[in-house]
Amino acid sequence: MDSIISINGLVKRFGEKVAVNGLDLEIGRGELFGFLGPNGAGKTTTIRCISTLTNFDSGRIVVNGFDLRDDAKSAKECMGLIQQQVSLDKDLTIRENMISHAMYHMIGKRDRNRRIEELSEYFGLGEYLDKPVDSLSGGWKKRAAIVCAMLHEPDVLFLDEPTSGLDINARRLLWDVVTNLNKKGTTIILTTHYIEEAEALCDRVGIIDHGRMIALDTPEALCDSIGSIAVEYMENGRTHYEYFGTREDANAYVSSLNIDSDITIRRTSLEDVFVKLTGSSAEVLR
Amino acid sequence: MIDFLRQVYYVAWGDIRFLRHNFHNIMLMSIMSPLLYLIAFGYGLRSGTTDIGVSYVAFVIPGIVALSSMSSSFSSTATRMNVQRLYYKSFDEMMMCPLSMGAIVLGKCMLGLTRGMIGCTFLYVLGLFLAPELHLSIGFFGCMILSCIMFAMLGMMAALLAKSHQSMNVFNSLVVLPMTFLCGTFFSVSSLPVVFQAILYCLPLTHSSLCLRAAALPEYLSFPWLSLGLMFVFAVLFFCINHHLLKTRKI
Repeated sequence: MDSIISINGLVKRFGEKVAVNGLDLEIGRGELFGFLGPNGAGKTTTIRCISTLTNFDSGRIVVNGFDLRDDAKSAKECMGLIQQQVSLDKDLTIRENMISHAMYHMIGKRDRNRRIEELSEYFGLGEYLDKPVDSLSGGWKKRAAIVCAMLHEPDVLFLDEPTSGLDINARRLLWDVVTNLNKKGTTIILTTHYIEEAEALCDRVGIIDHGRMIALDTPEALCDSIGSIAVEYMENGRTHYEYFGTREDANAYVSSLNIDSDITIRRTSLEDVFVKLTGSSAEVLR
Repeated sequence: MIDFLRQVYYVAWGDIRFLRHNFHNIMLMSIMSPLLYLIAFGYGLRSGTTDIGVSYVAFVIPGIVALSSMSSSFSSTATRMNVQRLYYKSFDEMMMCPLSMGAIVLGKCMLGLTRGMIGCTFLYVLGLFLAPELHLSIGFFGCMILSCIMFAMLGMMAALLAKSHQSMNVFNSLVVLPMTFLCGTFFSVSSLPVVFQAILYCLPLTHSSLCLRAAALPEYLSFPWLSLGLMFVFAVLFFCINHHLLKTRKI
C-alpha cells in the first residue's frame, strides 16, 4: 500500500490518563478511512496529533513522507482539517475567512481569488460569500469550512464529526461532497458517531477503544468477522443479538428459540461490530 | 525577512478586518476609559503642584497614557485571542498552517498595538491642551509603541494560558487591576515603602509609567534608561514565552 499517513507506536497522555496507547496505523493514498470509537476512545486526540494541533509523547507520525518531529511545516502544507465545531471566525464574513485561510498558506492574491470563486461555486456558496458567518445555517457553515480547508489543495483532509448537528438533507449533501473529493484523489480521514455513515462511505474502518486499535478492515470484512447474519430478538425486556456465518445457521438457531416475541434475521451491520467489540451500546443508542 | 513580515501581515489581516468592521465601537472603547481616568484622577482628585514642580494634571497624564497602553493593548489582544482559541476554534486553523510561530506571536499582537496606539495618542493629544508642561517627542511615541507591544504580548500570554473565560478574569483581577492603581500611574512609586517599591519595580507598568512620564516632562525628569531596557526585556520575555507555548502546544 502506498501510505500517505504512517503512525507507529503513537502515545499521548493527559496527566495520568493515556488517551492514545501505542497506536499503529497506515492509511493509503486516496483512501477514505473511517475512524470509529466510543466517546473518549482517542479518535479526536489521534487526529489532533496527526494534524499537529497536539504534541504527542512518543511514537512516530509520517505524513506524505514528512516526519512530524523533523518537518511539521512541510506536513502542514498537505493537510486540511474540518473540526467538529465549525472553526470559522464569526467576527468576519465567509469570504474574509477564506482569504485569511489562503493567506495562512501563503497563496498569492490571484490564485486565492480564483480558488475561492471556483470552490464557492462548486459548493453553492457564491451568494453567501459576503455574509457574516453567523447568518448561515449549520450545513452552510460546514460547507464554508470545507472550502477553507480545501483552498490550499491538501492531499489529506481530516473530517472530525463533520455531520454532527446537521439535518438529514445537509448530511446527505455533505456525504456527496466527501465522496466527490475522494474521487478527485484527496485522502479523507473521517471520524463519526454515525456508524451507518462510515459503513456507506469508507473504504476501510478502524475501531479504536481505550487508545488502541481493536479492529481495522473494510466494513464488509469487519461484519464478516463476527458473522455476516444477525439474529435479533427481545427476551425479558432486553434485546439480544446473535451472529452467524450463514443464514442456515441463523435459521437453525431461531428454530431452537422458544420465545413469543418477534425475531429478526438480517445482515450484520457495522453498528453490530462496533457494539460487539466495544460493548458500548449506550453510544449506539445516542 | 520579507517572507516573515508577510506572514506577520497575513496573521494580522483578519484582525485588521475585525477592526474595520467594528471601527466606531473600538474607537469609542479605546478613548472612553482613559478619558474617565483623566476626568476622575486628573480633575476630580487634582491637588496643586507635585514634588517635581509640575501640576498634578501634567504629572498624571503620562501615567494614564501608560495605563491606557496596558488596558487597551492587553484587553484587545487577550479578549480576541481568547474568543478565537476557546470559542470560535479558529486559532486551531492558524496553528495547522505552515506559519512561523514568531510571525503568529507578532501578528496576533498587532490588534493590541493598533488599539493601544489609538487610545494613547488621543489621550496625549488631549493632554497637550490641558497641561502646557507636556512635550511631544519621537521618544515619547517610541516608549508608547514599546509599551503597547509589551502589553499586547502579555495579553496574548494570558489568553494562551487561560483554560476558560473565567480564568481570564482571574488574571485580570490578580495582575492587571493591581498594576492599574499601583505602578506609578497616579502617584510616584518612590512615595511608597521600600518593600512595596521593590515589588512594583518587578512589574512592567511601573517602567512604562516612568519612561512615558520622563519622555513627556524632559525638563523636570531625567530619562530612566534602565526602565526602557527593562521594558524591552519584558517584551522579549513575553514574546519568548508565547513562542514556547505555541511551539510546545502547551495551550
